[in-house]
Amino acid sequence: MWEARFIYLLIVPTIAYFFIFAYLPFAGLQIAFKDFQIFKGMWESPWVGWKNFEDVFQSAKLPQVTINTITISLYRLLFGFPVPILFALLLNEVRVMWFKRTIQTVTYFPHFLSWVVFSGIVFNLLGPLGIINLLLKNLGFEPINFLTMPEYFRSILVVTGIIKEFGWGAIIYLAALSGLDPQQYEAAKIDGAGKLRQIWHVTLPGIRPMIVLMLILSLGGILDAGFDQVFMMYNGAVMGVGDIIDTYVYRLGLMEAQYEMATVFGLLKGIIGFTLIVTANAIIRRMGEKSLW
Amino acid sequence: MVTDPSNNHAPIDDDLRVTLAGTGHLDRNPLWAQTIIYLILIGLGLVTLLPMVNVLAVSLSEGYAITQNPLMLLPHDFTVEAYKYIFGTEVLLKSFGITVYVTVFGTFLNLAFTITGAYGLSKTHIPGYKFLMWLIVVPMLFGAGLIPYYLLLKNLHLLNTLWVLIIPGLVAPFNLILMRNFFWNIPESLEESARLDGASELQVLWKLIIPLSKPVIATVGLFYAVGHWNDFFSGLFFISDNSKWPLQVVMRSIIIDQNMMNMGSGPAQSGDVTRIVVSQQNIKAATIIFAIVPILLVYPFLQKYFVKGIMLGSVKG
Repeated sequence: MWEARFIYLLIVPTIAYFFIFAYLPFAGLQIAFKDFQIFKGMWESPWVGWKNFEDVFQSAKLPQVTINTITISLYRLLFGFPVPILFALLLNEVRVMWFKRTIQTVTYFPHFLSWVVFSGIVFNLLGPLGIINLLLKNLGFEPINFLTMPEYFRSILVVTGIIKEFGWGAIIYLAALSGLDPQQYEAAKIDGAGKLRQIWHVTLPGIRPMIVLMLILSLGGILDAGFDQVFMMYNGAVMGVGDIIDTYVYRLGLMEAQYEMATVFGLLKGIIGFTLIVTANAIIRRMGEKSLW
Repeated sequence: MVTDPSNNHAPIDDDLRVTLAGTGHLDRNPLWAQTIIYLILIGLGLVTLLPMVNVLAVSLSEGYAITQNPLMLLPHDFTVEAYKYIFGTEVLLKSFGITVYVTVFGTFLNLAFTITGAYGLSKTHIPGYKFLMWLIVVPMLFGAGLIPYYLLLKNLHLLNTLWVLIIPGLVAPFNLILMRNFFWNIPESLEESARLDGASELQVLWKLIIPLSKPVIATVGLFYAVGHWNDFFSGLFFISDNSKWPLQVVMRSIIIDQNMMNMGSGPAQSGDVTRIVVSQQNIKAATIIFAIVPILLVYPFLQKYFVKGIMLGSVKG
């Protein structure tokens, strides 16, 4: 211990940070079981047992925001998950380096923009005064306010989310692709495999560990439907299909000061999210794939 | 001997195949497939690029011209009035200043904590190493949620201060692990010889490790800096005093709110009422460009180091 004292000295600030900002908040979870009175503080507030949980389970918002969150996440998984993989496979076929680099430079860029900025770009396209509506108007059609239409809202979330992140998401697959052994392709060719069969029998199995790893992470994050994006894009008209757990917890807790219920929501979300990622990891490990831990 | 003519071709074909494979020709897709691949990629590139080019064109056009040329990729009736307008709005400039400060100073603190922590934790032989690593990894999997976090920051009197934009995200576990993995790859013998020369732990870190780790420090520094620049969350949740809002939060109110009366004087108008020089669309577009330009300026570095960081991170979680 003593020889390592200087090492510990270097670690102390970081550990102190984690203790305060990652572990102290857990003490605040007691609010979930209390009638929180702000002037008394959370330690002095009276215990109420499971009452706050009952309130949450009786609230009509619980099924609504849960269904919205999971639906949006599953759409993202279904439509968004394969896009970076396909993009990486296509890019991998390009032999003209300047072309490949240009496409990468352009498609990676939106990843570095915040959702505030990117939503501004989306509004410029789809908003009431956006390009598409100006076009409709100029062609003599009625304008459509896409962002206030419940039937379009989730699709807009998913599609704009894909456009912002597909390029960036392809990087790890490209890295995995560049690590594949060229001899395997040679062997496949000698066996008479065409391009598509090579992709099926060599490329995809080669990047499968990475695909599986990303899938675990996505499954673990299924209750995160993207606060920043939804918060920027939603509005009263699409609340019914667009309000997700995180946006609701924000309004409930910080706008309406319903601390107890918001804490219960957050706690339930944390527990389920943790269970999901642990389960996904265990299943994948049992399947013999490379897992997170 | 009668030879099957079709058999006759086989050896030649095989020879040809080997020759072509040697020059890489068989790797190529047929022309039609190659064309489709290139077209799809160009399409994907345009889908990402054109909406941004349009915003740029809108920001530089006169208000009335937008309605007539919605699809423009080049400005119509070029004007910089929208930029003059936003550079005259104090709220936006102030928030820009706040965000620059938070990005520069915050990133500096992030790096100071992450480097020391990662260096310490690269020493796997210290007692309690496993426990300390667990302490850092567990928060990646499970958190207490927004409200307990909010109440903690409230009790620490961080709410409504600029510190709340800096301190709560001081060390990101992912970045710490990334850096620790990089430190692992520095040969132990270098450190040993420095220690034999009488260097203290801090000197080893400062004079040996840090100079050798410039690439990973650049990567992690950029991760943090972009995080600060784009941080919307902390300002929205923890700062209710709008004179302390960072750029992204102010931008949100400009982009979402139709009513910009609170932004100071209204947009400049030319004498001709039908010919609006600066419309809300212009101002929103100019604001968007205003926030994109700094990212664009550092983009070459971002691309270089971020890709490196992702690769490093994906090799060893």
